[in-house]
Amino acid sequence: MCLAVPGLLIEVNGIIGKVDFGDGTIRKVNLALLEKAKPGDYVLVHAGYAIQVVPEEYVRETIELWRKVISLEDFAK
Amino acid sequence: MFRFRDKSTANKILEKIKDLNIKAKFMNVCGTHQDTIVRYSLDTLLEPYGIELVAGPGCPICVTTSREYMEAMVLAARGKIITTYGDAARVRIRGRSLLTLRGDGADIRIVYSIDDAVEIAKMNPNRDVVFLAVGFETTAPSTAYTILSDPPRNFYILNCHRRIPPAIEALLSLGEVKIDGFIDPGHVSTIIGLEPYERIVSRFPIPHVISGFEPLDVLVSVYMLARQVKRGEAKVENEYSRAVRREGNPRALKLIEEVFEYTDLEWRGLSRVENSGMRLKRKYEDRDARLVFQDELKLLEEYSEPKGCRCSEVLRGLAKPRECPLFSITCTPLNPIGPCMVSVEGACYIEYKHRRV
Repeated sequence: MCLAVPGLLIEVNGIIGKVDFGDGTIRKVNLALLEKAKPGDYVLVHAGYAIQVVPEEYVRETIELWRKVISLEDFAK
Repeated sequence: MFRFRDKSTANKILEKIKDLNIKAKFMNVCGTHQDTIVRYSLDTLLEPYGIELVAGPGCPICVTTSREYMEAMVLAARGKIITTYGDAARVRIRGRSLLTLRGDGADIRIVYSIDDAVEIAKMNPNRDVVFLAVGFETTAPSTAYTILSDPPRNFYILNCHRRIPPAIEALLSLGEVKIDGFIDPGHVSTIIGLEPYERIVSRFPIPHVISGFEPLDVLVSVYMLARQVKRGEAKVENEYSRAVRREGNPRALKLIEEVFEYTDLEWRGLSRVENSGMRLKRKYEDRDARLVFQDELKLLEEYSEPKGCRCSEVLRGLAKPRECPLFSITCTPLNPIGPCMVSVEGACYIEYKHRRV
């Protein structure tokens, strides 16, 4: 139920957006829970609603955190 | 090139966990975490290093009580259109589910989103349309938003939303299972942020790590928990920082606050949990199926939980799916007896799907 799937926001029309989940799956998504979202943003979608924007640099931050936590030099090679 | 799923990285993390040389039991409270853990056998990989992973009350379909499903069935039998997410329609009470009621002519519609349920109400202006609203804080904001966006008059909510932090506190208060740390649910946390867990830690000082859902996310989170245990710390760490901000999602939280008020609520497995329910506020009671259809709901029959089913103990981390005498013998995904075998987030379904033999 709390499954959320990341996808690329490709179109915004008021509170409704179109999200590309890859492999040709494009769905209408409700953006009402987000402060702001623009085409090109990655969003996490749960039950038809985008619940958070996931900026690409944050993904890099995750990897940084892992690297710090594990302190493995070859982590991101 | 960095990958989120990489065996050699996983092995390195496992080595780090091994080096900590601790013995601990960590609980997850999210079906999607349980799926990652069993799908990639992370529990089996961690066991030799003294780490036991156990599932808790993290499946919304499973913790919703039989009574709530029966309310939906009664309303379906009275001619309302019942809309809900797929798994909720398959939960059986005394051998019957919303889906099997379809065979008796009930109008049950599976939806992907509450927006689809509103569309159904618009297309059927002369019918009552009830949305069986199951889900934790991740799902509740969409229900709140819908209530506030003036859906058609014939649209009602059968509200079963629940809050996760009170359930964690209830488990810790019960003290039946000694839990050394929590893998906190990533997507619930996307909405609620870090603070609710910090409040729990101030009462029950054990480690918490909010985790993402890739196998490496979970392994790193387990390592972070184990490290806290080793150091004798008890704090909330956020491994899933790419999606979880400290403050959560303020807009979604505001919607919840506007529409719902907290109330004590019964959970399957946990009985009554203080402040764990989200009741529609009085000003929205014209949307509350329980109030609007209260006379029809008086037809609710007595019921009992299926004999032998150990869902309640599975949901408290007291029993593993395989310890249930019904598991994979009489209870299977095609013929589920308890809800933990119905939902894709149920511990029994996950165990059956990935590790049947």
